[in-house]
Amino acid sequence: MTEAQPILSISNLQTRFATRYGLVTAVDGVSLDVMPGECVGVVGESGSGKSVTFASVMGLIKPPGWIDGGSIKFEGQELVGMSERSYRSLRGKYIAMTMQDALTALNPALTVGFQIMEVLLAHDSQISGSARNRIREARARVIEMMMLVRIPSPETRLNDYPHQFSGGMRQRMMIAIALACRPKLLIADEPTTALDVTIQAQVLELITDIRQTLGMSVILITHDLGVVAEYCDRVAVMYAGQVIESGPTKSVIGQPSHPYTQGLLRSIPNLANLDKRIRPIEGQVPELIDLTPGCRFIGRCDVREVACTQRVEMRNIGQGRTVRCIQPKGNVQ
Amino acid sequence: MNFGKLIERLAQLIPVLLGVMVIVFFMMALTPGDPVDIMIGEQPISAEQEANLRHDMGLDLPPVERFIKFLGNAVTGNFGLSFFHRRPVIDVIAERLPATIELSLVSIILAILTSIPLGVLAAVKKNTIFDRVSTVGSLFGVSLPGFWFGILLLMLFAVHLRILPVSGRIGYAYEVDAVTHLLLIDSLIAGRLDTFANALSHLFLPALTLGLPMAAILMRVTRTSMLEVMSQDYIIFAEAKGISRTRILIRHALKNALIPTVTVAALETGSLLGGNMIVETVFGWPGLGRLVVESIFVHNYPLVQAAVLFYAVTYVFLNFFADILYTVLNPRVKL
Repeated sequence: MTEAQPILSISNLQTRFATRYGLVTAVDGVSLDVMPGECVGVVGESGSGKSVTFASVMGLIKPPGWIDGGSIKFEGQELVGMSERSYRSLRGKYIAMTMQDALTALNPALTVGFQIMEVLLAHDSQISGSARNRIREARARVIEMMMLVRIPSPETRLNDYPHQFSGGMRQRMMIAIALACRPKLLIADEPTTALDVTIQAQVLELITDIRQTLGMSVILITHDLGVVAEYCDRVAVMYAGQVIESGPTKSVIGQPSHPYTQGLLRSIPNLANLDKRIRPIEGQVPELIDLTPGCRFIGRCDVREVACTQRVEMRNIGQGRTVRCIQPKGNVQ
Repeated sequence: MNFGKLIERLAQLIPVLLGVMVIVFFMMALTPGDPVDIMIGEQPISAEQEANLRHDMGLDLPPVERFIKFLGNAVTGNFGLSFFHRRPVIDVIAERLPATIELSLVSIILAILTSIPLGVLAAVKKNTIFDRVSTVGSLFGVSLPGFWFGILLLMLFAVHLRILPVSGRIGYAYEVDAVTHLLLIDSLIAGRLDTFANALSHLFLPALTLGLPMAAILMRVTRTSMLEVMSQDYIIFAEAKGISRTRILIRHALKNALIPTVTVAALETGSLLGGNMIVETVFGWPGLGRLVVESIFVHNYPLVQAAVLFYAVTYVFLNFFADILYTVLNPRVKL
């Protein structure tokens, strides 16, 4: 029996930026596998490297940044060092991305219909024939996509501009663009951050629905553990450019192993126990310039040891879980 | 676009134009010097004759009355007689206008066609040699005064190299039926390529001198706004869609980047109208600009008033068109 191959396999990825203050290693040795049909949550606070990791996957790292090492394989094909031309035929077609704020991600000067149609015309080989024919076919597909993301009366609304839509609709339009070519992998970068809570749920339900219909994999980048708990099969927690813990969502959230994950979970307000004070994690995320080789969390950790000043490798703790900590059980409460 | 709104916007231009007329009239009335004195010059003339002349020219009335008369006549297109030419002002202007329109149009088209691609290229090739050279080049373009740069061009191409004519609009040997009164177009209509080439050779240096500052500024504006737009999320998102770089530049970036360029182009076209006076004088171009300069020297009030009014109206309408163009480029803006 053959094991299912991961659709996306990131191993030991290093992404660096040259800034005037020095070299910033924004992504430092990140490894992550995503299986077909799976939803993987990537959590971490701002600046933890989650967006840069997936910008690297999309091939969107531009000078002064570059991928300094490691490998990104999509369906077994190496993406690091791939020509821009081949990358372009991949982006939008097989790997698609949505951004945090649809208001800034949609072009204000172009109609939404045009913005969806453009992806279809660029990638879909089924749309063929004369120019007029292609446009007619693409238009039909645009309407179909808009119906899929539940935009009312798509026939007329496709001629509207982004500012004429509500926030939730814009987010759904962006998802429609991302999904237009039925990609195998969707990278959703904080899809709900810019939305209010009721719309958040709608958008996430929508992504889940489409994921099941199309059988695609989803990487959900977020800083909301609640979203991860509800929608993701597996989760990877990032801190200061590294994945510090990963595993099946239930088990990671139920029994966090890394002191940082534990701290994160402690700092979520609990509706059942409102009297309990939230305990924030003390201290600050380290600057990503001139890092020491040891554990990134050392300055904020309650259970640090001398050994933590040495490089800490990812270790397997069973049940598909890995953690970057020398005493992985930590002080599980 | 809403037609009613368009009419409304046009109606809003009326008070602006009225204001312009007030300024034009009183500015000229307040300038020192008396046109009657200038006309008489050294000729021996009796006081009675002088008073008659003054009456003929309508200069014996109080300024306010003269203004009301001017206003009433202006609305009907009657700007009186040119003191100097002794012909209706409107006829004199109409005679000179095509030359100015031709020169301005060619300058503007030249400026826009070169500056926008260069600006885009400079933004795409940011911080390369090309970008640096074009930055310095545009600085020169803005800083060189037209009267000086024009004379330099004349000395090089017309005096030393002798490949382009020194002045005028067309050689004496050439003549063409006037259809549009624009020589380039008329010569093409008549199928006279030699005339076209001659007209072009006369036009080239003045158009270059006139269009250079505008091209330089538009290039800078386009570069800056392209850079600004290129760092927007929607450009990254467009890249993530896997569409080609050229398409991203033209469809996604340029359309947004042109918004400030259009504003500046409208304003610059206004200063180009002013630049006309200098350039036409330097190159002996028989257009409205030179006519105005000549008329100012001889206190030819009616002509200067009409010409300045013409410039102002043109300027106001240019901005009006820029506003309309905005709504095309930027769907968030409504008239």
